[in-house]
Amino acid sequence: MEIKKETVEYVANLARIELNQKELEKLSGQLKDILDFIDALKKVDIKDIPPTSHILPMNNVLREDNLRPSLSHQAALKNAPCAKGNFFGVPKVIE
Amino acid sequence: MEYEPVIGLEVHLHLKTKTKAFCGCSTEFGNTPNTQVCPVCLGFPGSLPVFNKTALDHAIKVALALHCKVEEYTKFDRKNYFYPDLPKNYQISQYGLPLSKNGYVDISVENNPKRIGIIRVHMEEDAGKLIHEKDLSLVDFNRSGIPLLEIVSCPDINSTQEAYDYLTVLKSILEYLEVSDCDMEKGSLRCDANISLRPKDAKELGIKTELKNMNSFKAVKDALDYEIERQSQLLKEGQALVQETRLWDEKAQQTISMRTKEGAQDYRYFPDPDLPPFIISKEKIEEIQRALPELPQEKTRRFMKTYGLSEYDAKILVSSKNNADYAEDCLRGFSDKDKKLVANWLIGPLAAVASASNLNISELQVPAKNFIELVELVEKKQVISSLTGKSVLQEMAETKKTASQIIEEKNLAQISDPQSLEKEIEEVIKENAKSVDDFKAGKANALMFLVGQAMKKTKGKANPKVVQELLKRRLSDA
Amino acid sequence: MKLNALTAHELLERLDKKDLSSSEIISSLDRQIQETDSKVKAYVRLDKTQTQTAKQASKSESILKGLPIAIKDNICTEGFHTECCSKILAGFKPPYDATVIKKLKEAGASISEKKTNMDEFAFGSSTENSCFYPTHNPWNLECVPGGSSGGSAASVASDEAVWALGSDTGGSIRQPASFCGVVGLKPTYGRVSRYGLIAFASSLDQIGPLTKDTRDAALLTNIISGYDPCDSTSANIKVPDFTQSLGMDIKGIKIAIPREYFIEGLDTEVKAAVEEAINKLTELGAVSKEVSLPNTKYAVPVYYIIATAEASSNLARFDAVQYGFRSTIANGLIDMYKKSRGEGFGPEAKRRILLGTFALSHGYYDAYYLRALKVRTLIKEDFDKVLKDFDCIITPTSPTAAFKIGEKVEDPVKMYLSDIYTISANLAGIPAISLPCGFTRDNLPVGLQILAKPFDEEMIFRMAYTYEQNTPWHKMKPKL
Repeated sequence: MEIKKETVEYVANLARIELNQKELEKLSGQLKDILDFIDALKKVDIKDIPPTSHILPMNNVLREDNLRPSLSHQAALKNAPCAKGNFFGVPKVIE
Repeated sequence: MEYEPVIGLEVHLHLKTKTKAFCGCSTEFGNTPNTQVCPVCLGFPGSLPVFNKTALDHAIKVALALHCKVEEYTKFDRKNYFYPDLPKNYQISQYGLPLSKNGYVDISVENNPKRIGIIRVHMEEDAGKLIHEKDLSLVDFNRSGIPLLEIVSCPDINSTQEAYDYLTVLKSILEYLEVSDCDMEKGSLRCDANISLRPKDAKELGIKTELKNMNSFKAVKDALDYEIERQSQLLKEGQALVQETRLWDEKAQQTISMRTKEGAQDYRYFPDPDLPPFIISKEKIEEIQRALPELPQEKTRRFMKTYGLSEYDAKILVSSKNNADYAEDCLRGFSDKDKKLVANWLIGPLAAVASASNLNISELQVPAKNFIELVELVEKKQVISSLTGKSVLQEMAETKKTASQIIEEKNLAQISDPQSLEKEIEEVIKENAKSVDDFKAGKANALMFLVGQAMKKTKGKANPKVVQELLKRRLSDA
Repeated sequence: MKLNALTAHELLERLDKKDLSSSEIISSLDRQIQETDSKVKAYVRLDKTQTQTAKQASKSESILKGLPIAIKDNICTEGFHTECCSKILAGFKPPYDATVIKKLKEAGASISEKKTNMDEFAFGSSTENSCFYPTHNPWNLECVPGGSSGGSAASVASDEAVWALGSDTGGSIRQPASFCGVVGLKPTYGRVSRYGLIAFASSLDQIGPLTKDTRDAALLTNIISGYDPCDSTSANIKVPDFTQSLGMDIKGIKIAIPREYFIEGLDTEVKAAVEEAINKLTELGAVSKEVSLPNTKYAVPVYYIIATAEASSNLARFDAVQYGFRSTIANGLIDMYKKSRGEGFGPEAKRRILLGTFALSHGYYDAYYLRALKVRTLIKEDFDKVLKDFDCIITPTSPTAAFKIGEKVEDPVKMYLSDIYTISANLAGIPAISLPCGFTRDNLPVGLQILAKPFDEEMIFRMAYTYEQNTPWHKMKPKL
């Protein structure tokens, strides 16, 4: 299936991944090949077939509303690329 | 051209559970940042969600109280978008098969009932909190993962007062269910609005504006009022409106446009594979339905019927569950059939004493039987005047003594026995000859003046009604 | 024989007799790693030397008595680097243990800080997509070990590990097991907790053992299996003692042979070895019959939509906010996201995330994602039908033996097709094992795959053990 470069750019933006021109071109080509191969599915008769999103026949998995130990804020922040005091820091969010 | 506002409200409600939606971290408000967190609500790699049973029960309760149809089969979906307060960069929410749909809330518009439809009530998790500094934004994930209920109304609201009333009625129902603190200041209840204007009698909807950042019901009303004004003005000038999101600025009392986002968000909803679906049995729904408390609107109707109260009075008493329970104890315990006497004292003097201390009437903790005694002493036995009764009430609230104790201690009992008042009556008549003549000449005010004089003489202890009667008789005799 | 060349059950026997200590075993492994890992490259972060064992386990009599186990780099170990062999998780030390790690520690296992190599985020069938370096197949160092659990498979095959844990989403335990001549089991979906497994595709992932023989696989599966209240997809079902199935005869066991797995594209030598194995099994008493799994040809496309869609969502959390790599040249929040993810993810990861995002995006959801979910139902039904009348299904694990490093890495579709026989088990959620059944002329191992009903790992172990004990393959080792 034909996949336009603009579509790849749109999808890359949704996925928050920056691609350089070379990557964009290469990926557009590869995604086209993959989608061509996936297009085989169009031939399948799926009329009245229910989708399977959960393979186990399980329902109503719930837990009791009981407190469990939390992490200390040090443990929570330990891997943070940028921490300020008790907070995670990110470049200023403009709303 | 007259325009009509079309308003829909989206309320997000924190469900009052001990722990978060998908993990065992505490939901307490106001603690040190990032201390009520764990790998699950932080979205650490490898973590998995497990849903809170109590959150589900609360959600079903709300759905039923709002007359929604609770779906037999419901599941969670992932709503995918990037934002720093969203640890997994997806929110666990519900899209295609929400918990419940098609409910309603009844409000009263100029004494006419109006039904505001509810499109859906569904479950989701809250995000963390962002604090903005000069160059950095800081994220606190304590709030991340708290169970939320999203209640979406139909665009059936056509005035800002209706919007305000809808929110008030909704809040009172939610308080009755005891499923949320409903505190807009603490963020346990948030409201966004969608508003558009259309020519009166038109069928199509106009361009929609989304309003956010309103921190009280009043702010919602003010923001909507402002928007109606702003949009009407633009429409009159023939300008086109653009679909956008605007933030309410409380200080400046105006709405400000947010940067226009690039097109509609593509959330790529899909069923969350980490959470098996829920099958809610008829039995479970019936069980929760049976256990629902009497809700404010039912209680209002019952108060009106059983205690002969006006709708206005009943509504005030019913506005909070604790107040309603207290009021009912008082109403029931009052021996006289005329319950209005008690109702007036609850709504008037008791409410005043309570609000002066920033409490509500049940929080004052004046035992119902003591309150009833006071009302009887004033209204039935007329041992003290209404005015005295109010100050006795104040003292009852402060000291927890009973009315009769206070009346005795302070010697407040009115003098109602005619014989005890004879002397003063004679003196008043003698000393105020001119007023006596005025009264005999037909000036009714003169009588009140004489009553006042008698009250002065008895230092306010005489029963003014009895004094008035005695004077009248005495003067008509002479 | 060197200690590190023994199986886990052999070592446990000797540990039990107090014939040797766990530190001697660890030393023996370390010596082997020093000798051969510069060639095999089964491990990453070789400079890390710490090990952990649960405190109580070392005091009292534990099952594993300090026996070490190699762990794939996508399974969380508290305080030890867990990076999925990706730049974007560089330096990440989880503040918690995966449930399987907890269970292993409670059983007395020694967990090392160094982990086994893998395709980044389990995206791959060759371990060439690791951000570090590719692993080399111990049987032929110019060949891939398979993937994504290539490091775990190679470590076991080269005796650089006694046994190992891997993960399997579309064949990532079984295919490398097949390429490296070891045993690899993907348990039934829900049999083993996923809590602490860094997710690739949530509805397909399972953790499983890679071992030198079937007995070790049964032992390890005993330890790691079981209901976990921290995982909503964990089955609350009793775990039998899988070692009890070892030695049960297979007389009258009905084997289904699906014709769609024996068509064009299957290497002739692989076909011959598998057919020989089936003959062996019938000699040993089983009965085989040809069946059809008609929707087999759709398995790979269905997988590559569902798995990549789930992955695109699961990997959104790698955004440089709370952990992992943050780009130093970014300007502002959105740029930080885009550059960190652009620099931090390898090409295969980007490919899959974009594909998955596309399949879920507005306008394409119905045609791709929803359609794939429906075809998944058909694939599952194929297996349900067959397994109603048969005890197990036997197929080759992979259409070829190990291919050369670099041979398929530039052709994604070609690479994806090497999963063709393993993928369906993940889509259907059923258990499947790969065990060695011979060699090609080039002395590369060939793997036999046995699949069974959901939660019937006992049948798998029964079949596998019987076959294994009547053949010489499990005793053969590569010359390094």
